[in-house]
Amino acid sequence: MPAPLIDRAQPVFDAVRCDLNGACAQVCPVGAISVDTRFALDRARCISCSRCIEVCPTGALAQGLTFAAPKRTRNELLEPPTVIAARGEELAGLAHRVLGRSLNVRHLDAGSCNGCDWEINATTNAVHDIQRFGIDFVASPRHADVLLVTGTVTRNLEIAARRTYDAMSAPRLVVAVGACAASGSPYPSGYASGEGAASILPVDVFIPGCPPRPEAIIEGLLLAVGRIVRRADVR
Amino acid sequence: MIETQNVAAEVLPESCAALVRDRQARLVVMTGTDERERGRGYGLYYVFALPSGDFVSIEAQVDPVRPEFPAVTRVVPAAHWYEREVKDLLGVEPSGHPDPRRLVLHDDWPHGLHPLRKDFDGRRSVGRDPHPHEPLTGVRGDGVMEVPVGPIHAGIIEPGHFRFGGVGELVFQLEARLFYTHRGIEKAAEGASVERVLFLAERICGACSLSNAVAYSQAIEDLAERRPGLRARIIRSVLLELERLYNHVGDVANLCAGTALQLGVYQGGVLKERLQELNAAIAGHRYLFGVACPGGVRRDLDTTAQERIGRECVAIESEFRGYVDALLETESFMDRLVGTGVLDHDLADELGAVGVAARASGVARDVRASHPYAALRPGMVRPVVRTEGDVRARMLVRVDEVFASFGLVRELLGELAEVGPAELVVPIGPLPADRWALGIVESPRGENVHWLMTGARGEITRYRVRSASYNWALVPFAVAGNLLPDFPLINKSFELCYACLDR
Repeated sequence: MPAPLIDRAQPVFDAVRCDLNGACAQVCPVGAISVDTRFALDRARCISCSRCIEVCPTGALAQGLTFAAPKRTRNELLEPPTVIAARGEELAGLAHRVLGRSLNVRHLDAGSCNGCDWEINATTNAVHDIQRFGIDFVASPRHADVLLVTGTVTRNLEIAARRTYDAMSAPRLVVAVGACAASGSPYPSGYASGEGAASILPVDVFIPGCPPRPEAIIEGLLLAVGRIVRRADVR
Repeated sequence: MIETQNVAAEVLPESCAALVRDRQARLVVMTGTDERERGRGYGLYYVFALPSGDFVSIEAQVDPVRPEFPAVTRVVPAAHWYEREVKDLLGVEPSGHPDPRRLVLHDDWPHGLHPLRKDFDGRRSVGRDPHPHEPLTGVRGDGVMEVPVGPIHAGIIEPGHFRFGGVGELVFQLEARLFYTHRGIEKAAEGASVERVLFLAERICGACSLSNAVAYSQAIEDLAERRPGLRARIIRSVLLELERLYNHVGDVANLCAGTALQLGVYQGGVLKERLQELNAAIAGHRYLFGVACPGGVRRDLDTTAQERIGRECVAIESEFRGYVDALLETESFMDRLVGTGVLDHDLADELGAVGVAARASGVARDVRASHPYAALRPGMVRPVVRTEGDVRARMLVRVDEVFASFGLVRELLGELAEVGPAELVVPIGPLPADRWALGIVESPRGENVHWLMTGARGEITRYRVRSASYNWALVPFAVAGNLLPDFPLINKSFELCYACLDR
């Protein structure tokens, strides 16, 4: 029997088909799914391993996402969506007014597997070409508008991470890239590993994925400056 | 074949030295274990590879009441980082070690706490020692200056702290403080299920994910005495070469970044991107996560996928050839590479260099040749070796290996076409109690060794990952005597993962 042909992206969820059998929650290696009286998937924790899709007998969980969309709050990354919080909206508006179409980004590896960091690198290649949006990576946090954080915030990087943020001038935004930075998943927090960027910094946008594709990272940065919101307003 | 020699801890140095001297053995991994719960002490395991391909494990027990042993490093220098790790993580002292400073644990970690002891709860967070100790050695003298760099760097790269000591632009000494991304993966594996540890193994390092997943799976399969079927093994080998390809091609482009040759950065970056999109198209993931598992692979390569790999590889190989030819003709670029960052052959050999760095210094180590695995057979891979040991040699080894990998992929696809549909995963039963096994894979950066031990109930009780990024121990030797602005270039020519090393 051939192994299932499933793309390693996060599942789409169809509430109508779900019978709450709980097979997905049992098989999830990172505790991103809970099923009791309702189904809940935390996309910040999800590492796109697709085990849940493979075991779902009703087809409620299926492939279909290219990548999970970045959001302003952890709550918005809960599936099915709950209340959409407005936190960050104001800041994004301010950021857009102040920064316009020029956004300087400082990358901070706070203890990742380097997958997210290589994908951030890929945003700068000639194919994804993040510079066409007016986004540049800068060498110093003093020049940066956005801190792009990967990794769980390990014990050995916590102090350096705080100092990097402190070196930035306001207005400053923090974007958490990938499951590690968004939630600490999949590494257990403890003597060495932490619980993600939000445990020490005010995160404005969470980009789920393990790692998120370059398009997702670009979308997350645009969301941070409010350009996606504005475009939707225009439509 | 693994031959075991149990010796008294007191004679470890003599036993290891004799093995190296008399049987041309090479240390491939060393680890310590806490076996007090099993009525023993702390276990020490020095695993050597013989020229025949067989392994010899020299093992000793250390009395938990007086946890120390004579350092093997004094006679087998390749043991130096391993024994420092044992000291940090297990609290077993290698007495007479020439460099007993901390390695994994940083300066503000409290004294007397050792995370890999069984009575240490890995889920607890630990406070910081308010009086950090053991600073970097440093260099002092008239006109000498120290340049601290990192842990947060100017580019989009992983974290590490470097302290350069020198006069003007000439570097005398480099000290590297690493293990910033230490996530406690080995501790987290203890007592966890085989499947759970697979997810951790895949995420030790993004760029070497498949190599680590396969090495881990091989260790589990060895313990369970199961071997994946031919189809699954061929798929593993094809995908492992695709992993090498996107890394090697990207690493050549990164050398261009190290010399500010922008056209080279962009052209190489596009080729890397195409290889990663090929991964996504045929395996569902740009970094090949979720492909390998103990017992086989979770993903078939059907005829459509095989054709796509074949077609793309032909196109990319031809473009890569033109790209490399243009680089080799760009004198301003090549000039920066020649004679820069030389790693001495004898040093590379004695300190246990592996992978591209070893082969560029004349040390012919390639697991695919010495210990063929998955679908590889003896003779299918011949190590690419150069002798200059400089940045250029490391680039050219990668270039030649890229072409060899394209050839290997073609050969393997030919074999895959001959194999009918088959079960891709053989079931892995319960693991036997109180045994250990090895899984070894040649990652894009070199030899990755996964050492795995089970406990009294067959559970995973110790998981030691020695990746090729242990080569970090060699980088300072290649940097001394060079100009400070050449460090990024030398560093990129080794292209080691911090995440792989730090775990």
